[in-house]
Amino acid sequence: MILTSPFHERTSALNTTGLWSHWSGHLATTRYQISDKFEYFAVRNSAGIFDSSPLFKYRIHGRDAESFLAGVLARDIRTCAPGNAQYTAWLDERGYVVEDGVILRPGKDEFLLTSAEPNLAYFQDKIGRRGQVTIEEVSADLGTLAIQGPRSRDLVSRLIPDAAKIPYFGLAHGEIAGSPVTVSRTGYSGDLGYELWIDAADALKVWDTLWESVQGYGVLPFGLDALYMLRIEAGLLLLDVDFSSSRFAWTDEDRSTALELGFGWMFKDLATDDRAFIGRRALEREIADKTSRWRLTGMLVDWQDYERTYNDAGLMAPKDHTPINEEFFVYDEAMTQVGYATSYMYSPILQRHIALVRVRPELAAPGTEIRLEVDVNHKYEYVRARTARNPLYHPARKTA
Amino acid sequence: MTMATKTSKKHDAKSESKSESKSKAKAEATDRTYDAIVIGGGHNGLVNGAYLAKSGLKTLIIERRHTVGGAAITEELRPGFNFTTFSYALSLIRPQIIQDLELTKHGFMPLLMSTTFAPMENGDYLFMGQDHGMNQKEIARHSKHDADAYDQYAHDMEMVCQALKPLMDMAPPDIFSDDPEELLALANLGSRFRKLDKRTLHNVVRLLTGSVADFLDDYFDSDILKGYLASSAIIGTKVGPRSQGSGLVLLYHSLGEHDGEFGAWAFHKGGNGGFTQVLARAAQSFGAEIVLESPVETVITQGGRATGVALQDGTEYHANTVVSALDPRRTFLELVNPRELPEDLVEAITRFRFQGTSSKVNFALDGLPEYPALPGRGDQYRGFMNIGPSMDYLEHAFDDAKYGWYSQRPYIDCAIQSTIDPDMAPPGKHVMSSFIQYTPYKLRESDWDTERQNLGDTVQATLESFFPGFGDLVLQREVVTPLDIERTVGLSEGNIFAGEFLAPQMYFFRPAPGWSQYRTPIDGYYQCGSGTHPGGCVIGAPGKLAAERILKDLGKA
Repeated sequence: MILTSPFHERTSALNTTGLWSHWSGHLATTRYQISDKFEYFAVRNSAGIFDSSPLFKYRIHGRDAESFLAGVLARDIRTCAPGNAQYTAWLDERGYVVEDGVILRPGKDEFLLTSAEPNLAYFQDKIGRRGQVTIEEVSADLGTLAIQGPRSRDLVSRLIPDAAKIPYFGLAHGEIAGSPVTVSRTGYSGDLGYELWIDAADALKVWDTLWESVQGYGVLPFGLDALYMLRIEAGLLLLDVDFSSSRFAWTDEDRSTALELGFGWMFKDLATDDRAFIGRRALEREIADKTSRWRLTGMLVDWQDYERTYNDAGLMAPKDHTPINEEFFVYDEAMTQVGYATSYMYSPILQRHIALVRVRPELAAPGTEIRLEVDVNHKYEYVRARTARNPLYHPARKTA
Repeated sequence: MTMATKTSKKHDAKSESKSESKSKAKAEATDRTYDAIVIGGGHNGLVNGAYLAKSGLKTLIIERRHTVGGAAITEELRPGFNFTTFSYALSLIRPQIIQDLELTKHGFMPLLMSTTFAPMENGDYLFMGQDHGMNQKEIARHSKHDADAYDQYAHDMEMVCQALKPLMDMAPPDIFSDDPEELLALANLGSRFRKLDKRTLHNVVRLLTGSVADFLDDYFDSDILKGYLASSAIIGTKVGPRSQGSGLVLLYHSLGEHDGEFGAWAFHKGGNGGFTQVLARAAQSFGAEIVLESPVETVITQGGRATGVALQDGTEYHANTVVSALDPRRTFLELVNPRELPEDLVEAITRFRFQGTSSKVNFALDGLPEYPALPGRGDQYRGFMNIGPSMDYLEHAFDDAKYGWYSQRPYIDCAIQSTIDPDMAPPGKHVMSSFIQYTPYKLRESDWDTERQNLGDTVQATLESFFPGFGDLVLQREVVTPLDIERTVGLSEGNIFAGEFLAPQMYFFRPAPGWSQYRTPIDGYYQCGSGTHPGGCVIGAPGKLAAERILKDLGKA
């Protein structure tokens, strides 16, 4: 039986399209409005609310929780002080990425890790006998709501005043409708945004108070279609679209190292970082020997070449904002394949076709000219494009 | 280089430029010599100035009012309520300009208008949205025949638009010239049409010469669908749907695009005033200077060439390139002495039809209006609302105008813009822009200072008849007649396109035979307003094409 989110009773009443997706065994709204673009603009211009409850969530606690996580997570959790959160990834021994996720650290020995797929066995099996660490799956115990967009700070802090002051990836606590709520300044939209962590039992009354409080402010609930638009502009990766878990890949061609995915920034203090985390040695070798096969980066399509290519074929150039989560090959000037795009869309706010693309590392410098293979009139055409720094959309308010 | 204009750092609706004091601006501008001076900070003036500055010219844009934008401004007439006083939506702005001027870096944000709602006099409605299949069923509710006829119509219009779109982005060839380059351009134009299939070419001619009523009758049965589509054929122009020439107006409006979709409209963040603030920031980023509150008295000429401009207060700015972004009447008959111009040009400009016929009535509302057939709903207000339920309704509205009066049941194109951009109004409140037609500039035995509020009452009564209780929601009302457009913005006779969209005033002949390429008979004096090709709407093409002409003449392109 398909499961529903703790907010389902309310969110389902707002879904006017009858469009649903299945997400980790749950019903999730594809779009609430007929126009996903209208939902998208609510986030970019005012605020949107997204029910992210189907995410996997693990409570990790105990005296050795920090040292345990320092060993299994690639990014140094010790740099995440209590009261903060961190975007992280976990690697295998060969440096390939298993998964990524956000980890909250509400207390010194208290952590909450999110992931797209189940990871309980993966982590539990690494605790060892002596470690005083407990990992519990709490996915169904918590409801999570993301409030994203320029108005999100004002709206959230009216209910939880401490939220007004928290920095990017900071945490705050408060109450909504008498229920305890944790707020993190996190999200998957690349905009100013917050996520609320709520006891599932309190979900409906928190929703009611929240929903009532945002009426008149142009806030819309948004579904997965709008989310996928936002995250590409934000340069945020999606498992099984932009990369595969090394645990379940058949070949190394389907695996990616942290550096290849553009996570190099996580390791800028590696020289002074004394942890023996999983994948470290492989990572160091990859850096020293320059063995990265790819570098994931952003891409901007040359709009005039795109327009010309379609017009020459007797077609109007489509500018479809619906993300295409499939592979598009990219080539260099000599028409040698040098990589592939994994997520492709027309960005309404950038007014360009954009993609997340992986290319040979030497081509990753922003502005490098490449060509994108698109099918036009049932033939492949090669449209000019340039690599560009991720995130492609990066408003100052996101981190300000 | 000092910036004489302060623009707000916030990319929001309230970011109208606030001028520094006039005296300070001028005191700072000790060196008053520029490479190029643009008269008029409307959107075409800003686009022109931005391109000139981008190419390295030291450029000054001079604006008469306290803010740039011309007829594309947003004004906070009541605390928290932002009115798009004149122009109110965006579609025709050329994609090339968005890219060339890097507008997305400066806050360009065209918000999707995702619905069209057309109320009917019998209480029913036509409600179109973003789902193609739902739209077919909605049309079929009114006429089963029209469901696929609409798809055919949309396809035919797209074919026509795709064929004509390139003409929006290039200057017309000079048909009076023997210059081989012009003859080649003319030949290319001919071959462009020669390549069209018969149906598309015939549709082009039907639209360019015929009435929208005839055109739509060939596709549709349904009055409401025809009324909704015909409205784009009358907006801004003194023609009725059954007048020859209305097809041309429909075609022009259809040539706009939003994210690759012909005829689709967007609402810019903060209104079109928000858009012109983006243009101003872009122009300044390329080094253009903007001075406000500086009405130009005259273009200074010496020996048949322009050397600068003199303001009404006597201040002079000097440049060998002077560009007028004003309408043709002001460009040729007011800014320069017509005696310096050839007689045939003066005659053509004197004959040029303005005859503004459109007004605006803007409302601050206490809440969303209720449509009786959709109780409790508000999702129909996420785009345009079209009060023009049939061809007869539109033609009757035109009848009044033929005899010098304003429509007693006017055509109204509304948008409750705060449903699209919530920053336009305080929480829970709304602003509604209403474009009104027909309201002729010249009234029979009365004038607009006398009739202004009567027009407001007529419009409000019309809205009340479709949305009972509408009047109770009105917190404030702003009535903008053609006279007000002329007085405030400077557009002659209040014509929103800086000159009528009539075939003899388009393309080769805009604004006058032989002067369609942005030059004037005075060396160094150019025109870049909507009175030049391709014409009005917030399109920017005149500004851009004029800049190309200027840069070519200067040997910089």
